Amino acid sequence: MRIWPIFKKEMRLYFTSPVAWVVLTIFLFIAGYFFSSIFNFFSQASIQSAMNPAMGRELNVTDSVMRPLFSNISVILLLLMPLVTMRLFAEERRAGTIELLLTYPVRDGAVLAGKYLAALALYTLMIGLTALYPAIVVYFARLELGPVLTGYLGLLLMGATFIAVGVFASSLTDNQIVAAVTTFGALLIFWILGWSADYAGGALGRVLQFLSLLEHNDSFSKGVLDTKDVLYYVNFAVLALFLTLRSLEARRWKG
Amino acid sequence: MIEVDHLTKNYGLVAAIRDVSFSVSPGQIVGFLGPNGAGKSTTMRILACFMPASSGVARVAGYDVFRQSMEVRRRIGYLPENVPLYPDMRVAPYLDFVAEVKGIGRSERRRRVADVMDRCMVADVQNRLIGKLSKGYRQRVGLAQAIVSDPEVLILDEPTIGLDPKQITEIRSLIKSLAGQHTVILSTHILPEVSMVCGGVIIINNGVIVAQGPIDTLVEQFFPTSRLEVEIVGPPSAVRERIRAIPGVLSVQDQAPANGAARYTIEAARGRDVRAEIFQLAAQQRWDLLELRRVGMTLEEVFIRIVAGEESADGSVEKSVGEAAP
Repeated sequence: MRIWPIFKKEMRLYFTSPVAWVVLTIFLFIAGYFFSSIFNFFSQASIQSAMNPAMGRELNVTDSVMRPLFSNISVILLLLMPLVTMRLFAEERRAGTIELLLTYPVRDGAVLAGKYLAALALYTLMIGLTALYPAIVVYFARLELGPVLTGYLGLLLMGATFIAVGVFASSLTDNQIVAAVTTFGALLIFWILGWSADYAGGALGRVLQFLSLLEHNDSFSKGVLDTKDVLYYVNFAVLALFLTLRSLEARRWKG
Repeated sequence: MIEVDHLTKNYGLVAAIRDVSFSVSPGQIVGFLGPNGAGKSTTMRILACFMPASSGVARVAGYDVFRQSMEVRRRIGYLPENVPLYPDMRVAPYLDFVAEVKGIGRSERRRRVADVMDRCMVADVQNRLIGKLSKGYRQRVGLAQAIVSDPEVLILDEPTIGLDPKQITEIRSLIKSLAGQHTVILSTHILPEVSMVCGGVIIINNGVIVAQGPIDTLVEQFFPTSRLEVEIVGPPSAVRERIRAIPGVLSVQDQAPANGAARYTIEAARGRDVRAEIFQLAAQQRWDLLELRRVGMTLEEVFIRIVAGEESADGSVEKSVGEAAP
């Protein structure tokens, strides 16, 4: 399996074109804005609670800074990740480079793995750089490390799912915008499924709730590491990648 | 080296190629000719393992392009039409990527990439973004990626399109230099190019092979006569008659006369050289012989005859090859 050269090529393309730089900049800017406003709000609440000890008992830096931060970051990712993945196959198809790529002695699976891992690496870099925020918190307050780590694991798994969906959408079209919009729409639908769960109630409600992308991420940021949530993301991603392989194969036959 | 056996490819209900069979022996350079939409690119894509055929078998270097696709892909270099490259990559890293994907080790790769950049004359732009290169350079980078792994078989779809005359000559001599160790199949629109570069030719029209073989054989098959052009000052009707009387001459046609001289096109049986007799005749009759020239039948005429004949003969392929006589 020659995954490595494909991976290197994709990383090179991310960083020689402005894509990676723009995504990183915008992402860190917005995430940083969220962090600073949440952290400011928390410090003000701390000052107030210095006068009111009863209120102070409720204060918990992990729960009131990191948890909302993770949830805000996942919304930014929902908007940004389709733009990171839209290029992967759609652009190769539009430019015709796929014709060369798929006639080199590499299996479709290796091409897919290389591309997927490149997007995942960029994503890991994105969320990795936000580790600065908990580091700042640690400087000022006592932070529980466990929930932060599970929170990051949750982000990583969720991002891996986003990317898998994005890669699949990108393999379906030769238009990057279509790929991005499809990804965004699919993710959004799975995101908001949990909302309708409340109205549906009963068994259907539980099913809808289980399908929701958001629902599973929440427990990670609470510090809960549940195999059910891990398996949800892994299965979701694997299914999307499997469909991508099928879609690549189908495209070959259609010519 | 390349064997294609009853290959058919359908796009939905439309057959792009039908029952195509040909073979190319090792070390040969073969030109693949046909009008636009004849099925050249489809055939080449199948050979390059980009897409499977609907039916039929194609073998490259002894391996089935469908069942043993990886083995085939290791042994080919492919240059698709329109030369798809990554505009956001630089030339040297791009060629390094291709070499790596084709499984060439690190140290070997550096040497190969440098070598191929020299041969394709792109070394001077190796640090430029491919998207910023001129068409000619991009074409040569495309060719470089095809030959970087030193493959046994090269499949080149229109390798000289969009180049200036000097570059065309350079690329042609590059391709020519590949003959011997490499088997090359190249498609082109430029017919003289085929005569210059290729040993054999395959002509495809409307998805079916209409002629194949060495160029000389094809020309002979389609034009069993030799042709002369002469310019003579003399009474046209007498000239026509006297020339006609020479044994072996099949027809004489006069073209626009000018200044008392007239041009004649003479068809003679192949193998009969009537030039000396025409000269003797003119001298004897005291006509002024201004020009006497043998006109070579070109592949272009063969091609036009086949493709045009195809259309009028309602696609009866074998017949048009078999008849061959004018």
